[in-house]
Amino acid sequence: MVVPSTAIRFKEVTLGYGRRPAVHHLDGTIPAGSLMAVVGPNGAGKSTLLKGIVGTLKPLEGHIRLDGPSAEIAYLPQAAEIDRSFPLSVYDLVAMGLWSRSGLFGGISATDRTKVEEALSAVGLIGFERRPIATLSGGQMQRALFARLLLQDAPVILLDEPFTAIDAKTTADLLDLVRRWHDEARTVIAVLHDLDMVRRIFPQTLLIAREPVAWGETPEVLSADNLLKARRMVEAHDPHAHVCQRGAA
Amino acid sequence: MRMCASAGPHKESAVLDLLLTPFSEFEFMRRALVGVIAIALGGGPIGVFLMLRRMSLTGDAMAHAILPGAAVGYLLAGLSLPAMTIGGLAAGVIVAMAAGLVSRFTALKEDASLAAFYLLSLALGVTIVSLRGSNVDLLHVLFGTVLALDDNTLLLLASISTLTILALAALYRPLVLECVDPIFLRSVSRAGTPTHLIFLGLVVMNLVGGFHALGTLLAVGMMMLPAAAARFWTSDITMMMIASILIGIASGGAGLLLSFHAELPAGPAIILSAGTVYVASLLMGREGGVVWLLWPGKHLEA
Repeated sequence: MVVPSTAIRFKEVTLGYGRRPAVHHLDGTIPAGSLMAVVGPNGAGKSTLLKGIVGTLKPLEGHIRLDGPSAEIAYLPQAAEIDRSFPLSVYDLVAMGLWSRSGLFGGISATDRTKVEEALSAVGLIGFERRPIATLSGGQMQRALFARLLLQDAPVILLDEPFTAIDAKTTADLLDLVRRWHDEARTVIAVLHDLDMVRRIFPQTLLIAREPVAWGETPEVLSADNLLKARRMVEAHDPHAHVCQRGAA
Repeated sequence: MRMCASAGPHKESAVLDLLLTPFSEFEFMRRALVGVIAIALGGGPIGVFLMLRRMSLTGDAMAHAILPGAAVGYLLAGLSLPAMTIGGLAAGVIVAMAAGLVSRFTALKEDASLAAFYLLSLALGVTIVSLRGSNVDLLHVLFGTVLALDDNTLLLLASISTLTILALAALYRPLVLECVDPIFLRSVSRAGTPTHLIFLGLVVMNLVGGFHALGTLLAVGMMMLPAAAARFWTSDITMMMIASILIGIASGGAGLLLSFHAELPAGPAIILSAGTVYVASLLMGREGGVVWLLWPGKHLEA
C-alpha cells in the first residue's frame, strides 16, 4: 500500500517555551516519503522540534508547513507522558488511533474492529486486548502504542525516542514496522540516540544542537567532526541569552 | 401507611419499619431522599473523573470558591434559590476558568493556580459577609438544608444531574483521552481545552447543586467519597461510575436514616455514611483493598 506523501517545510523556524528559544534557524524541507533520524545531545531541541511539527507548540518565529493531500500526523511522544495507572484496556488504548475517523461520537464498525485486531496482531499483542495498560511491561506498552500509530494511518509519523529502555527483540520488531511505513512512502521522523541504528536504517539524518549542525545523507551528517561540534554547541549555549546572536549580527 | 408494623412483631418487619417508615411517614424525608439521589447521579460520575484526572483536591478547592458567590447572592436577596445559585455558579465558573487558563498558558500548574484563586475568592467572600455582621442563616449556606428541600430546589438538582449525565456521555472520549494521554489528544484534535473547561463547568454545577443540600463544606464529599470507594471495587471506568452512583445513593439513604433515628444533623450524617463505605472499601475492596494486599491468595491464581 502506498499512501499519498506529505513533505514538511520549515521557513526560518524558531521554537521555544515562553520567550526562551530552544531551536533556531531551521530552514529547509523534509521531502515526502523520507525516513529521517533526528539526533543530537540532550537538550538539543529534538523533542521540541517534533512538538513544533505536530503543532502542539507554535513557532515563535517562521512557520512549519505540511505539504501534501493530507496533513495528518501520527505522533508517539516519550513514554513518560502517558498516565499508565489509568484504568484502560489495551484494546481501548489502541482503538484511540481511530479518532480521526470516529471523532467524538462515531461508532466503531466491524471494519474498524478488524483493523484494531490487525494492528494488535502486527505488533504481537493478540491475547492482550482486555489487559489493563497498567499491567503491561515497557516493551508491551510500546508495542501497543505502535499499534495505535498503525491505526492512525497517517502520511507523517513522528517518533520521540521510541526505543529508549526497550529490549532488542521488541526494538527489532518495531523497526520492521518503521521500514514498512517507509516502503509505503510515509514520511517517518524519529528522535534517536543509537547512532549505529541510525546508520543502519535511516538514510537521512538531521543533527541538531539548538540549531541544525548538519542535515542530509546519514553517513556525511554523522561524521566525527559534526558530532563533536554538536556537543560543543549545546555545552556553550547560554540559556539566558535572549537576543539571537545571528539575528543581531 | 403502617403496613409493615401491622404484619406482625417479626424481626424483619421491625427492621423494615426502621428503614421505610421515616420515608413513608414524612414528606421532608422523601424530598431529602430524592435530593440525595439526584446529587449522587450527577456527582458520582463527576467524582470518578476528578479522581482519575488526579483533581480530587481541585474539587475541594472549587467547593470553597463557591461560598463567596453564594454569600453575595444571599446578602442581596436573602435565602433565595436563584440568587444563591447564580452567585455560586458565577464564583465557581470564574475561579475554575481562571485557574484552567492560567495553568494552560503559564508555567503555573493547575493545583497551584487553583489554590491561589480559591484563597482569593474565599477571602473576598468572608470579607463581604462580615460587612453585614453575623447571620444564623449562614449556617444553612455552610452546612446545607437537606431536610428542607422545596420543589424548585429538587427541580434544580434533577436538572443538574440530567445535564451532567448527558454532557459526560457526549464528552466521554476526549475526557478519557485527556486523562490518559493528553499529548495524543492534542496531536489529533483541538477538543482538549474546551473539554477541560466544560468538565470544570460541570464540576461547579454539581457543587452548587450539592451546596443547596449539604452546604459548601460538605458538597464535595458526595462527589469524592463514593468515587474513591468505587475505585477499590473495579478497574473499569463505566462500572466505576455506576458503583459510585450506587454508593452515593446508599450513603445518602443511610445518612438520612441515621440522622432521623439518632437525631444527628443530616448533612454530616450523609457524609459520615459515605466515609464509612469508603473506609470499608479501602479495607476490603477487590482492587487494591488492604485485606487483598495483605493476603493476596495463591500466587498463580487469576
